[in-house]
Amino acid sequence: MENIRNQIKKFFLRILNIPFAFLMHAIDLIMWPIQKIIGVKNMPYIFLLPNLIFFGLFVIIPLGANFFFSLSSGDELLFAERELPTTKQYDQLFDCESYLNPNTCTEDFFWRGVYNTIFFVVFQVGLMIFFSVLTAVILNKKIIGRGFFRSVFFFPVLLSPVVVGLIWQWILLKNGAFNAIIESYGGDKVSFLTDPSWAMASVIFVSIWAHMGFYTLIVLAGLQAIPPNLYEAAEMDGTSRERVFFRITLPLLMPNLLVVFILASIKGVQTFDEIYVLTGGGPGTSTSLIVQYIFTTGFASSGSVQNFGLAAAASMVLGVVLLFLTLMQLYFSRNKESKHQEI
Amino acid sequence: MSETASRIIKIATKKRYKNKYHWTDYFSYFYLFLGVLLMFGPVVWLGLSSLKTLAGIQEYPPTILPLSQIHVDVKGYDKPLPIFNVRQEDGSVKQLAQIKRIGINAKMVDPLNPGETVKVPIDKREKIREFKIQWENYVDPLRKYDFLLYFKNSTFITVVATIITLIINSMAAYALSIYEFRGKNFALVFVIGTLLIPLTIILVPVFYVVANFGMINSLWGVILPGAATPTGVFLLRQYMLTLPRELIEAARMDHASEWAIYWRVVLPLSIPAIAVLAIFSIMWRWNDFLWPLIVLSKSEVYTLQIGLNAFHGELTSQWNYVLSMTMVTLLPIAIIFAYLQKFITTGIASTGMK
Repeated sequence: MENIRNQIKKFFLRILNIPFAFLMHAIDLIMWPIQKIIGVKNMPYIFLLPNLIFFGLFVIIPLGANFFFSLSSGDELLFAERELPTTKQYDQLFDCESYLNPNTCTEDFFWRGVYNTIFFVVFQVGLMIFFSVLTAVILNKKIIGRGFFRSVFFFPVLLSPVVVGLIWQWILLKNGAFNAIIESYGGDKVSFLTDPSWAMASVIFVSIWAHMGFYTLIVLAGLQAIPPNLYEAAEMDGTSRERVFFRITLPLLMPNLLVVFILASIKGVQTFDEIYVLTGGGPGTSTSLIVQYIFTTGFASSGSVQNFGLAAAASMVLGVVLLFLTLMQLYFSRNKESKHQEI
Repeated sequence: MSETASRIIKIATKKRYKNKYHWTDYFSYFYLFLGVLLMFGPVVWLGLSSLKTLAGIQEYPPTILPLSQIHVDVKGYDKPLPIFNVRQEDGSVKQLAQIKRIGINAKMVDPLNPGETVKVPIDKREKIREFKIQWENYVDPLRKYDFLLYFKNSTFITVVATIITLIINSMAAYALSIYEFRGKNFALVFVIGTLLIPLTIILVPVFYVVANFGMINSLWGVILPGAATPTGVFLLRQYMLTLPRELIEAARMDHASEWAIYWRVVLPLSIPAIAVLAIFSIMWRWNDFLWPLIVLSKSEVYTLQIGLNAFHGELTSQWNYVLSMTMVTLLPIAIIFAYLQKFITTGIASTGMK
């Protein structure tokens, strides 16, 4: 039986292989003369070329163009038709009587986005890492059905933001399943997504639900890297489990956690999709984050004027924040590695 | 006899003491149980509800299984009426069809005797249900709306983008792992550099580049910008670095061209790493939302994700179709996960990407 299955598999692989081999032979017809002309030594450049062209076109040139867009004004997307240079965009973004009160700013939508993002990231990342560590520690124990539980917690990570948004929008409806559960325990109905004081909490909850599994997995990998002989020694000494956790597990996990924290913040600052589907940034602006601002300003399709320059300037500000976080991540992960080498 | 018994008890209790349950064990199982309910519950609930009728979905409080109320045709009424078990004053139960609900009373009619109507307090009646699966939820949107087209677009983007990503990323990884050449370090730094620039901060100019190529509202405008992935290059390079150099030297001795070494020697040996990247790429592309949302604004080029979102925006009350199509959207990924979950989780744990 096994043998037959293997043969079928091989057969299909061979069929799949035919167009692949054909394509590769065809490319070789071009590559062979090139190799004759430029020599083996220069072939790596040819291999690198396609990837570098893509990076250049869709990352490096856009990065430069972003500077240009943010420093020029006008409603046109074409370079030639924009006015240069101007700091108008940045002036407009940072035109505030008081930075603590978004209502005094010209671009109050942007500053609300900034404060919402800070609030969102602090709570989402904090709670998510807390629950990830808790889940990972539990899944790391000798538990019946560990593999099953692990995949249950991981499963939502693979769902698309639209699916996540729609599922929860429907469950959190005023007449949805969540409210039915609350009412059956004697509580009052809550408008989770349309009440401004609840919307942010709901969005944070859904975001944690969707991404927790990923961080749980990384923390779990960190836990499994802790040498087991430390635990054996602690058990021989009769150390209590609480003490083992706070004295062995947590300190050894710390370097790992720091990196996970920053990684989660980098992703958190850029959150857009789930919220867009779930609440669309509303009610009002109560759940609209920075990327939502960039999207709405640059690409709002519903009639209002598209302001590419302003969107570009806002993404430069976001870029600076992300650069700072990424440098921190590199610094800490390098620290982590050098510490590992010392041990 | 009693001595042996007491000894046995002693041994038994001693053993139990050593293996006794700590409070953290109880807590763990409680937590996991709650976790399964919260993590898996919504998806199961979605699956069950996508089989309900629209009325069943809008019912509050909801039923768990797709149990819909039975409707009957009554002479003299245009629409089929829902029927109820009504408790009579003498204690017997009678089946009546409801015409209208007025406050706390319901205007009802006996289906066997459609001439006269009665008023019944609503707490005296109970819905009659039957188990009924509403397959139309799945068939109708595919027939009436463009979901088959969206499905085709999504599949096209996912397949083509994954093939392009695999080919160009493995080529770059091959160059960066097998060869020594001038500017190699620069190329490496360049690739790391692109890792630091997420799409969210270059949305406007990438849109500009794509617009310049005339790829707005074209599937290629979605496929090409994300085709070169720095994570993919690194994943493949790390793997190719472990391949034995002798193989490549031997192939060169046999006068194989560099391209032939790449696709006949290195690629087949790197299948494990390529498979990981392929699965990631499929997931990224299938679930992609922000970029297609910007590039695709005509409904004939919508992907499943964009189409589903737009469909929901237009028809907020058609939850039966939205739920079934959400199910269709998540199904391919769920199937892949069911087959390859170990592969996916170890891939994520070892590369730290998703």
